[in-house]
Amino acid sequence: MSAETVLTSGLTNPRSTVNRLSADTVTLAYDQRVIAEQLSVEIPDNSFTVIVGPNACGKSTLLRALSRMLKPSQGKVLLDGQVIQSMPAKKVARTLGLLPQSSIAPDGITVADLVGRGRYPHQGILRQWSTEDERVVQESMRQTGVAELAERYVDELSGGQRQRVWIAMALAQQTPLLLLDEPTTYLDIQHQIDVLDLCAELHEEQGRTLVAVLHDLNHAARYATHLIALKSGKIIAEGRPNDIVTAELVEEVFGLRCQVIDDPETGTPLVVPAARKARVRVEAATEAS
Amino acid sequence: MRTNRAIRTPGGLSLRLDVRATVVVGLILLAALTASVVLIGTGDFPIPAGDVLKTLLGNGNAGQEFIINELRLPRVLVGLLVGASLGLGGALFQAISRNPLGSPDVLGLSQGATAGALTMIVLFSGSATQVTLGALVGGLVTGFAIYLLAWKQGVHGYRLVLVGIGVSAIVTAVNGYLLTRSTLTDAAQAVVWMTGSLSGRDWTQVWPLLWLCAVLVPLVLANARGLRMMEMGDDVSNALGVRVERVRLLLLVAAVLLTAAATAAAGPVSFVALTAPQLARRLTRSPGPNLVPSLCMGATLLVTADWVSQKVFGADQLPVGVVTGVLGGVYLLWLLVTERKAGRI
Repeated sequence: MSAETVLTSGLTNPRSTVNRLSADTVTLAYDQRVIAEQLSVEIPDNSFTVIVGPNACGKSTLLRALSRMLKPSQGKVLLDGQVIQSMPAKKVARTLGLLPQSSIAPDGITVADLVGRGRYPHQGILRQWSTEDERVVQESMRQTGVAELAERYVDELSGGQRQRVWIAMALAQQTPLLLLDEPTTYLDIQHQIDVLDLCAELHEEQGRTLVAVLHDLNHAARYATHLIALKSGKIIAEGRPNDIVTAELVEEVFGLRCQVIDDPETGTPLVVPAARKARVRVEAATEAS
Repeated sequence: MRTNRAIRTPGGLSLRLDVRATVVVGLILLAALTASVVLIGTGDFPIPAGDVLKTLLGNGNAGQEFIINELRLPRVLVGLLVGASLGLGGALFQAISRNPLGSPDVLGLSQGATAGALTMIVLFSGSATQVTLGALVGGLVTGFAIYLLAWKQGVHGYRLVLVGIGVSAIVTAVNGYLLTRSTLTDAAQAVVWMTGSLSGRDWTQVWPLLWLCAVLVPLVLANARGLRMMEMGDDVSNALGVRVERVRLLLLVAAVLLTAAATAAAGPVSFVALTAPQLARRLTRSPGPNLVPSLCMGATLLVTADWVSQKVFGADQLPVGVVTGVLGGVYLLWLLVTERKAGRI
């Protein structure tokens, strides 16, 4: 079902039916520990794709492979039809950006300087800081709402502000594809929504293709245009959230009994876990039978 | 405060200049030059600074010309080059390990070079050249060993520091064993070498160091922008298009070569590699590896320390390593206290 869903999702690249970013039968492993085998994934162009799944299902690993942080032990990740590892590093960095989970803000760096570092793939020894760089950095800070923090030190910002700064840095890279690894972790609910709104804006208004790993299924269902549900390194379902998120799917992927109702705000699926007592009753009944 | 200024040409070329860092580098260089001139004038036959400058520019009298050009200038040049190499090497190690303690003193490179030198002195009663070569080989082998032991799908900061400390302990034990096996004269020569000294250095030490720096410094600076990105973690820098593992290997090799060569020329002068980058960073107040300021700071520190050791204790009475050791030790304590207050360690 996966191939059809992708091809009929209406979000494919008008130039061809081949998407810019895909993984072709990849096996992903750290040392000897295999996370996923024979996994194929298509990232629909111009989509806001969200990967969900239980802990240790391989969603971050998949994102690392798509962003060439992890080399597949078999199979290949293709970017614009080329094996991503064989492409010049800076060329990839001008096409595909990544906001990793762990990043270190250097001591005593200002917001503007950190965002400016996102321009690295566009620079060279003789082209260190063009007017274009300056313009893009200002623009990126404005879009993420950190322009007024430009001269502040990154160390003294709150978690939410800091995450916006890192997103601004990734934006300054000006890549049509942007991958985000759990961008809302450690943020409070207001800042989580804030960051997701920003992502939606980048997707809708600028036509960037976004791929994010998210923990919160309801956030994923609300914001994603394309959802990939992963379990033990295998895709269980993918497609529009409205088409695929059902109580059965949530139970299969997360092992959680729940109801799926319409989100009163957006009409997207809303997952409501079954009450503890209801779950206990069912489990007791299953054991008895 | 941001002090970055961009210089742009109509042709689309642009350079980025940190004004404060540039001024700081200028001042450090001025200090290095002043210290060098004063140091050349210092000794059993004191020469006024004016005469030193006149002679260096080629207008001195024959006697002063001999003392300056043949005896004191090469010594000062070795001091400048050794200090610059240690400053740059230290900045590279600290940036790669993302740790202010990741300097060649702590990582065991200096000890490795010492082991090489001691082997030549104690086991082969080698000549000065052989001792130098031994130190060079010892440093390179140790650097290689640390890299191999620390390599696990890429070298990571803490691994590098911890492995380095382990290697350092082993090599120190080997050095102790070599010393116990040596005769008294050899042991005395070895101890002087191990303290780090500039006395008796001549042009034969200047040229190899100069060539090495002429090759390595441009190579390192060409990769400085990648190194600056690597401060933000491997993932971020990879995502920005830096070939992290390649840049890291290249810069590590350069850092090992620089420190090994410096140690071979002057002995394991302690703490310059540790302190120079940190002092430079505090003066420029600029994020990033601060390679050029560290290089200049290293040169200034070493020449100044050599002047202190001669001025306070008389010519050649006190090896320069003693002064840098005392100053560096105090600095290290201060660093530990302030870092602790800042909650970083």
